[in-house]
Amino acid sequence: MTDSIVLKLNGLSKRFGSVVANDDVSLTLNRGEVLALLGENGAGKTTLMNMLFGHYLPDAGTIEVADETGVLQPLPLGQPQVALGAGVGMVHQHFTLAENISALDNITLGSEPLFALRRNRREARKKIEAIIAQSGLNAPLDTPVGRLSVGERQRVEILKALYRRARILVLDEPTAVLTPQEADTLFENIRMMTNEGLSVIFISHKLREVLAFSDRIAVLRHGHLVGEMATSEADETSIARMMVGAETPELASTRIAPGSPVLTLSGVSVSGRSKRDTLSAVDLTVHAHEILGIAGVSGNGQSGLANVISGLAQAEQGLIRVNEVEIDAPTPAAMVRAGVGRIPEDRHHEGIVGAMSVAENMVIEYLDDPGVQSRGLLRHEAIQSNAERLAKAYDVRGPGVDAPARLLSGGNIQKLILARVFDRAPRLILANQPTRGLDMGAAAEVGRRLLEARERGAGVVLISEDLDEILGLADRIVVIRDGELHEAPGRDREQIGLMMAGEPA
Amino acid sequence: MIRIEPRETQSRTFTLGVPILSAVIALALAAIPLLAAGANPIVAYAEMFRGVFGSVFAFSEVLTRATPLIFTGLAAALAFRAKLWNIGAEGQLYLGAMAAVAIGSGVLDVPGILLLPMIVILGAAAGAAGMVAPTYLKTRFGADEVVTTLLLNFIILIFVQMMLEGPLQDPMSLGWPQSAPVLDQGMLPPLMERLRVHSGLILALILAGLAQFMLARSVWGFRLRAVGENAAAARHAGINVKRSLFGVAILSGGLAGLAGVSEVAGLKGYLTADLSPGFGYTGIVVAMLAGLSPAGVVIAALFIASVFVGADSMSRAMGVSSFLADLVVSMSLLCVLVGGFVARYRIVRSSTARAAS
Repeated sequence: MTDSIVLKLNGLSKRFGSVVANDDVSLTLNRGEVLALLGENGAGKTTLMNMLFGHYLPDAGTIEVADETGVLQPLPLGQPQVALGAGVGMVHQHFTLAENISALDNITLGSEPLFALRRNRREARKKIEAIIAQSGLNAPLDTPVGRLSVGERQRVEILKALYRRARILVLDEPTAVLTPQEADTLFENIRMMTNEGLSVIFISHKLREVLAFSDRIAVLRHGHLVGEMATSEADETSIARMMVGAETPELASTRIAPGSPVLTLSGVSVSGRSKRDTLSAVDLTVHAHEILGIAGVSGNGQSGLANVISGLAQAEQGLIRVNEVEIDAPTPAAMVRAGVGRIPEDRHHEGIVGAMSVAENMVIEYLDDPGVQSRGLLRHEAIQSNAERLAKAYDVRGPGVDAPARLLSGGNIQKLILARVFDRAPRLILANQPTRGLDMGAAAEVGRRLLEARERGAGVVLISEDLDEILGLADRIVVIRDGELHEAPGRDREQIGLMMAGEPA
Repeated sequence: MIRIEPRETQSRTFTLGVPILSAVIALALAAIPLLAAGANPIVAYAEMFRGVFGSVFAFSEVLTRATPLIFTGLAAALAFRAKLWNIGAEGQLYLGAMAAVAIGSGVLDVPGILLLPMIVILGAAAGAAGMVAPTYLKTRFGADEVVTTLLLNFIILIFVQMMLEGPLQDPMSLGWPQSAPVLDQGMLPPLMERLRVHSGLILALILAGLAQFMLARSVWGFRLRAVGENAAAARHAGINVKRSLFGVAILSGGLAGLAGVSEVAGLKGYLTADLSPGFGYTGIVVAMLAGLSPAGVVIAALFIASVFVGADSMSRAMGVSSFLADLVVSMSLLCVLVGGFVARYRIVRSSTARAAS
């Protein structure tokens, strides 16, 4: 391994509206090195890599990439084609392969001239086979990609990057979809490739594999680079502390003695389509006057839990009780009737009907209510005055209550949803990622409303990937991992971080 | 780099202006083949105008032609509002027509005063029945209703032909594939002496008004709009999406069935396999021209009926093909689709890639 630098990120910053995704991040990558990029969700890892790859244009900072002779050249920003040409290859978490054509065609697709008279497949095959021999990335080249396993597809993605002469390879959570055995093979292949001079940045949550396979570790937190160290000097505790920060935020309000249970799940199982919406035999109790925080790395069953509580998914096994009454046939309507207020994760897609008015969106969950309709006809004036009142009380700003809801900003859409939910004084509130993508002001408002509801006697299930948010609001914390719930013994963020990452507590 | 972005606001002038402008552009474009056919377009269009507004008879013909188009236009507009793509109005029209002649020709022994209501109700029910299977297949298995409803049209038409040569054939028809006539008590009364325009038009107008009102003001309409605009949010909000889809499917099929009832019991008096010159398909054009608004359907149906009736008299006077009417109708649809796109999106030129967050 040589120490010549192949990539330099100098003071990259990127903000989306008022959200700072990256603030003055500088990194270097050496030839033949495996750099692990660590951080919680929303720490800014993907934004950083998207700037490197030209998908995003940085607000400040420069990037330098070594050319074939090893001399650093400034990389024009915001142009994916140029980044590709400079030897930066990226393998996304979600593959970008055409499933109906062969692996060989997928690899060569896009790197051939559009109007070539004939495709030189034999040449291409020879080149790919040479890369396979060098890297050990075995994949059947003539099978349609749709018939390949996930591991094979990933190898095809990497081959595609290498075929385009990538000298720097970025892997976004490469092992998230792999079995442990496949992951081991992948890391062996990566090692073979770095011995040939390839440099790799891989994004991961899993501390164990980071420690086992990387040369150097860089940790991002809230958009800042908070630490960088050689892997040989790192251990799990020090990394976990860096990822989640040292200090535990003060609990935002004093604890109130919890009341009677408002939600009980006993032995609830859901077999979803993927890991993210699967639950296995979950037990959970939420009391009145209590905010229960569900912490976890994204895609570990949070959607499954949210779907059960909001009535979107039917549990195959187990009992669901709301306010100590069993819900036999959980549907969204039944849950609303039982007094569950639901703040959905995807507020644009599930929270509002964008083409309908703000006023209509404020009553969409309560169409059977006599305040909304009489004998099947909408009570237009009642709906209108209800909307005016709520917009004022919850500070929903926008072009007015008759305007389509999609014209509101993200923060105001969330306020609309808060107004709809909290105005009915629900006994149980499900808040799924309630502050994701919101600016500080709107996020603080969400927190204040949740605490207010707790004060009033509601139970709150707060699902969040932001551990700070959970530590700041929750009275009790449960970690979700692989569709199972594990009660956190305390509010120690290091320990919670380890539990989230899959280490025994 | 050129990008296409949704417009933040759609102005009222745009939503009203686009269909009108499209109609004008379509007529302008149709002048080209008129010229090619050797006719002076201005004279031709003047003939066309006279064929529509030149006499009470001419205009009554437009109303007669518009009547089935209002029914099928409403059928398409309501279904499309829920994003249920019912392309099967043509088949449902024939189902309604078949039910109308089956009952109306005296198969059932019904007291005279009840015959007409029975024909209307059962005709609508027959059309509605044609939507049950496609909607079930869609909600249960995700089968594309565009395909199922479209293909059902052909199956139903062949079934109609079979029935007209079998059980429904008029024994007095000397072997023609034609049904027995609807009894006089079963006919929709005409609106004016010696003109063909009949009370089916009144029914169509009432239903259009009702649909407009229900869509805007009823809980049913609210649910329908929510399901059509964002099914995921509707489901999350506790709206039973499947039930809404079935509800609108049955209404849509029923309206298309009424188009058949109105043609048989209002105009022809009996059923043949060429009852409809594609009213079901033209209804889709009507609905799109109307921007899927029930009130707009009435206007769009009148426009398209005028084009057809006007083109007929133009072709008689000028000796050019009346297929020109089809050309104008298809081109106005294309213009509306392009215009609708321009109304909803704007094209933005930008020098750098902006963050897509």
